[in-house]
Amino acid sequence: MNETETPIRSPAAPRTNQPKQSLRSESLLRLSGVCLARQGRAILADLDLDLHEGEIHALVGANGSGKSSLAYAIMGCEGYRPDAGEIVFDGRRIDALQMHERARMGITLAWQEPARFEGLSIGDYVRIGARGEGVEDCLRRVGLDPARYASRATDKTLSGGERKRVELAAVLAMKPRLAILDEPTAGIDLLSLDALIEVIEALRSAGSTVLLITHQAEVASHADRASQLCGGRIVFRGDTAQVLAHYRLRACQRCDGTICHV
Amino acid sequence: MSDTGPLVDLFSAAGFQPPPLAEAAHLVAYGHTLASLKSLPGIRIEAAATPDGLVAEILVDAGVRAAPPLHLCLGLHRGLALQNVRLTITLQPDAEITVLSHCLFSTPQAARHAMDADIHLMEGAILHHQEAHHHGPSGSIEVLPRARVMLDKGARYLSDFSLVQGRVGWLDIDYTVAVGEDALAELVSRVYGWGSDRIRIVERLSLDGAGARGLVKSRVAVRDDAQAEVRGVMAGNAAGARGHVDCMEIVRDRATVSAVPEVRVRHPLAKVTHEAAIGSVDSHQLETLMARGLAPDAAVDLIVRGMLA
Repeated sequence: MNETETPIRSPAAPRTNQPKQSLRSESLLRLSGVCLARQGRAILADLDLDLHEGEIHALVGANGSGKSSLAYAIMGCEGYRPDAGEIVFDGRRIDALQMHERARMGITLAWQEPARFEGLSIGDYVRIGARGEGVEDCLRRVGLDPARYASRATDKTLSGGERKRVELAAVLAMKPRLAILDEPTAGIDLLSLDALIEVIEALRSAGSTVLLITHQAEVASHADRASQLCGGRIVFRGDTAQVLAHYRLRACQRCDGTICHV
Repeated sequence: MSDTGPLVDLFSAAGFQPPPLAEAAHLVAYGHTLASLKSLPGIRIEAAATPDGLVAEILVDAGVRAAPPLHLCLGLHRGLALQNVRLTITLQPDAEITVLSHCLFSTPQAARHAMDADIHLMEGAILHHQEAHHHGPSGSIEVLPRARVMLDKGARYLSDFSLVQGRVGWLDIDYTVAVGEDALAELVSRVYGWGSDRIRIVERLSLDGAGARGLVKSRVAVRDDAQAEVRGVMAGNAAGARGHVDCMEIVRDRATVSAVPEVRVRHPLAKVTHEAAIGSVDSHQLETLMARGLAPDAAVDLIVRGMLA
């Protein structure tokens, strides 16, 4: 841990199933038959995914399985508009919307490797699109002392872990309806893992649905439901424990019958 | 002698806060007319208007470490179309001062401001020089700053030039700095050009003394049909000299930029590095801000303003 970071919050309590009881079964986000090819190569293939409002949904899969591409497709990143299929958010097709329009509908993305900005302070960065907690509270939640960090630039002087925390703080401040967290624990020290899980729970408590993209079973186990992605398709979905058990087999059967060793 | 009335208008037109001149050492001139001048103990300012322009000299005595900044307010307004300034700044040993130069040219017609400066920092002296320009909305101003800077042992010269509001017109900066033993020079320039603006920035650092250090950093953004040429030249000529040239330019629309970081090493124990990046706005930065709800134009503006901040 960087010496200027503080250990964040107390470790998360062991997961219980109580959040599931408060889950609403309405679909907030639905992807149907989504296909995406880049440079002649299929990235997402006839992909279906359904996120319930208020749930934490883990998306697991090996490197190159299409997890981040799926996140970019939902967010509407340039070059990730589906070639076929539809993406429906809150009952409205969003395929043709630009990123900022989707963000204004309540979708946001915490990047696996967040961009860095010269001359843009952490406080100002977190304030962009903020409509939830105050900037200082959000920084504290991710273990950054506002007095030391709010005026620092979001530039290359921040460590990877610090930048990831800032990204999470920005998402918290937005109070989004759907937060896509792309490998939020990558680059974060083990001591902070539990606290980051607390942050994810806090997002849900504030009303956000969370799509949690991760390699780490320990992190994914905090989700209500999970899906396993392989070769651009969802190959297994449902109860988190079952999906993780399947994922731990380190192999999965593709829809075309071939075996993929992950 | 004091006629600072037009300053309020000039600062207001630039969107700058007028400086508190009453208690500060300062020099105010409109065109070739000296409007106000104030020295303080240990900080002597002399100036005279000549047929060719304004001649000014600033001398800071040895060991003087002045907390309040010295203000240089140079303006062109109304019918004024020419300002030539010959400036000499000398900091005696261990003196330290901050000079805030406000160069405000709100005249609507074609006009020219030429600065020719010699700056000498003696041993251990430190000069913080912040130079903020505003060239008004017309785009018809020519601004030609020239400076030769000499740093004696252990001296530090920290310069920050900014022209990020209003039009540029034609800007041609040419600075040369000779850095002595264990001395430090940092030159930062930040310029935002648009319309038909033309920008040329040449900054040369010669690391001549053992342990000399230098940084040339440029941040230039251009759009529309603006053109920019940036040259950062760093020469490592002595043992332990360390220098870096850092050019970052953002180009939009039909604008063009050439950035030439030039490094030369003439001593085996000197090290000089450079980096240059020219391009459109970084797509990852853009998408990161759009994912927070900023429209593309607003996101680009924030990125450019941040780079120039």
